[in-house]
Amino acid sequence: MTDAIRDPIRVGLFVTCLVDLFRPSVGFAAVKLLEDAGCRVVAPSQTCCGQPAYNSGDRGTTKELARQVIAAFDGCDYVVAPSGSCAGMLAKHYPELFADEPEWTAKARAFSAKCYELVSFLVDVLGVSRVSARFDGLVTYHDSCSGLRELGVQRQPRKLLASVEGLELVEMKSPDVCCGFGGTFAVKYGELSDAIVAQKTANIAASGAPTLLAGDLGCLMNMAGKLQREGKKVAARHVAEILAGMTDEPAIGEPKTEARK
Amino acid sequence: MTHQPTSSHFKENAHEALRDAPLQKALVHVRSNFIQKRAEAAQRLPEFEALRDSARDIKNHTLKHLDLYLEAYEAKVRELGGEVHYAATAKQGLDIILDICRKRGAKTVTKGKSMIAEEIGLNDALEAAGIEAVETDLGEYIIQLRGEAPSHIIAPAVHVNKDEVENEFRRAHLHLPKDRDLSEPAQLLGEARGVLRDKFLNADIGITGANFLIAETGTSIIVTNEGNGDLTQILPKVHIVIASLEKITPTLADAAQLLRVLARSATGQDMSVYTTLSTGPRRPGDPDGPEEYHVVLLDNGRSSMLGGEFEDMLRCIRCGACMNHCPVYHAVGGHAYGWVYPGPMGAVLTPTLIGVKEGGQLPNASTFCGRCEEVCPVRIPLPGMMRHWREREFERHLSPTTVRAGLAFWAFFAKRPTLYRLATSFGMRALHLIGRAKGRFSFLPLARGWTRYRDLPAPQGATFQSQWRAKSRPVA
Repeated sequence: MTDAIRDPIRVGLFVTCLVDLFRPSVGFAAVKLLEDAGCRVVAPSQTCCGQPAYNSGDRGTTKELARQVIAAFDGCDYVVAPSGSCAGMLAKHYPELFADEPEWTAKARAFSAKCYELVSFLVDVLGVSRVSARFDGLVTYHDSCSGLRELGVQRQPRKLLASVEGLELVEMKSPDVCCGFGGTFAVKYGELSDAIVAQKTANIAASGAPTLLAGDLGCLMNMAGKLQREGKKVAARHVAEILAGMTDEPAIGEPKTEARK
Repeated sequence: MTHQPTSSHFKENAHEALRDAPLQKALVHVRSNFIQKRAEAAQRLPEFEALRDSARDIKNHTLKHLDLYLEAYEAKVRELGGEVHYAATAKQGLDIILDICRKRGAKTVTKGKSMIAEEIGLNDALEAAGIEAVETDLGEYIIQLRGEAPSHIIAPAVHVNKDEVENEFRRAHLHLPKDRDLSEPAQLLGEARGVLRDKFLNADIGITGANFLIAETGTSIIVTNEGNGDLTQILPKVHIVIASLEKITPTLADAAQLLRVLARSATGQDMSVYTTLSTGPRRPGDPDGPEEYHVVLLDNGRSSMLGGEFEDMLRCIRCGACMNHCPVYHAVGGHAYGWVYPGPMGAVLTPTLIGVKEGGQLPNASTFCGRCEEVCPVRIPLPGMMRHWREREFERHLSPTTVRAGLAFWAFFAKRPTLYRLATSFGMRALHLIGRAKGRFSFLPLARGWTRYRDLPAPQGATFQSQWRAKSRPVA
C-alpha cells in the first residue's frame, strides 16, 4: 500500500463533531496514525454526520446533512472517522436513509463503501499490525456499541494495543455492554443513562486499570464524567491517543498541570 | 391481570424502579444468568447462526402467505373436530371465550402461560363474569397472587425475590400449617404444586396459549418447563387455545426448526422440558384429551402490520432474548414499560397495539446499543424499528417541544458549515477558558441534563477544524 510508485491513498478525515469541538488532539492522533501508515490526509469542511437527527426521527434534516457529507468527501479514496458510532452512521445507515431515492441510494452506497472506523481501517484495510508507541501501565478497553456491532471493531484495537511498549491490557467484566451514552439518550433519559453508566464504572474500577480506553469520544465523555463524579481515579483517553503516542494532553476532563501555575 | 397502560409515564416508572430495592436485587440475576446460558447454548451448536437465518426465512415466508396458511390451518382444525374463532379485537376475543365458558357453565378455568391472554386482559374478564381463573405456571401463579402483570415474557415473576414468594404463599395458603418450612425453593415449588393439583383436577375449562399453530396438521404447540400446560389442556373437558395470527407455522418440520432456536435463545436450554402438541379434541379410543377444542385467533392490529414498516416484528417468537440482553431492561425491569410487553420487543410492539401516543416513549428509551438485534433468533432489526417509531412521532409532532427546538437550533448550524465553524470556534474557546482550571464542569447551565449526573469535560481550546486551517493543512 505504501508503494512509492503509487500515489498515496487519499483519506478524508471525518473528525466527528465531538472530537472537533471537545478533544481535537484525538483528531491529530488519527492524522498521525494515518500518515504513519502512508496516507495523505485531508479534512474537508464538515459539521456532523446527522446521527442526532436520525435517531430523533428527523429524517429530513438527516438527509440534508448526509448529502452535505457525501459532497464534501467526494474526492477521497476513503473516509475515516475516529468513532465507531459516526463511522457506522456513514457506512451502514446512509444507504438505508436514501432507500426511497434511487439516484441517491447509488451515491450513498458508493460513499458508504469507502467509510471506515479509524482503528479497523488501519488494521483491516492498510494491514497495519503494530504501532511505534510507548505507554507505561495497565489499561482497560470498552467496546463501544456501534463500532462493535455495526462494524465488527473488537480485535483490531486490541491487536494494535498489544504492540504498544509498556502497555498491558486488562479486560473489565462485560466490556461489550453499553455504557448508557446513546447520544441524546444520555440527556433525554439522564437518570436511566446514569444507572447504566454506574454499572459500567463499577466494572471499570473493578478491573484495577488506572486508564480507560475506547474508540468513541461520546462514550468516553459519559464514562469519564461519571468516574469523575464518583471520585474514581481512572483516566479516560481515546485509543488513538495511545496508539499515536500522543498523550501530552491531559486525560478527558482533567486540567492541564501548567494551567494551574 | 389487565392494567391500564402507563407506558406514556415510562420515565416516571423508571424513576420508581431505580429506587425499588427488592426489584434491583432481583434484576441482578437477569443481568448475568440468561446471557451466559444463551451464549453457551449458541456456542454448543455450530449451525446456530445458520438456524437463525432459516428461522427468519420460515417466518418471512409464512407472513408473505399468511392468508393461505390461515385457511389451511382452519380447515385442518375443523376436519379434526375442533373450532376456529377469529377475533379482530381484544374485546371480540374475550366475548368468544366468555361465550364458550357460559355454554359449558364453567366455574373454574385453569390457564397455561399466555401473553395473548395478558394482552386481552382475560383474567379480569373471567373474574368479572364470576369465573375463577387460576394461573398454573409457577411464575404466573405468583404474580396472580400479587395482583401484578408479568415483568418478563418468559419469566413473568423474574422481579420477585424468593422471600417475597414465601410471604405471598403464607398469605394465600391459609389452609396449610403456619409453622411449615418454606426456606428452600423446592419447598415453595412443592407447595404450589400441591395447591394447583386440586385446581387442575376440578377445572371445567383449560386455556393455553400457543407457540406454534401448524397449518399442515392443525396442531397447537406449547413449550413449558413445568408440565403445567399439559395438565391444563388435557384434564378439563374443554381446551381453548388463544393465540395471535402470526403464530401460524406451515409445517411440523418448520416448527422443529424454530424450536431449535427458541429455547436456546430464551433460557439456553437445547429444548424446553416439555414440548406439547395438541391436535383437536379427543378421538374415539384416545385415553385422554378434551371433548371440545377451540382456537381463538386474535388479530388485534396485527394484520395492519403486514406489508408495512413493522411487519418484521411479526416474526417474533417470544423468546425474551432481547430483554435479557437490554441495558435499559436490566436497569428498570419490565413493569416500567407500562403495559404487557417489555424490553426491546415491547418497545416496538406496544405502540403498534396501543398507539404511538400512549406507547411512543418506549422506542425512545433506547441507547440503540444493538445487543437485542445481535441475539434475536429471527433477526428482527429492533433498533431500526424503534427508529421508525421515532420518525412517526416526529412527523406527527408528538415528540416533546424542547427536543424539537433543540434539534432545530442544532440543525440550523449543522447545515451551514462556515457559520458552524465560526460559532463553534468561538464557543469552544470560551468554554475552554471557563473550564480549564478544573478541566471539566460539574455544573453548566445549558448542559444541566448532562451535568446533573456526570461531569462534562472542558473543551481543549481551539477546535480541530480551526487548528487544521491555521496550520494550512489540506481541506480538499
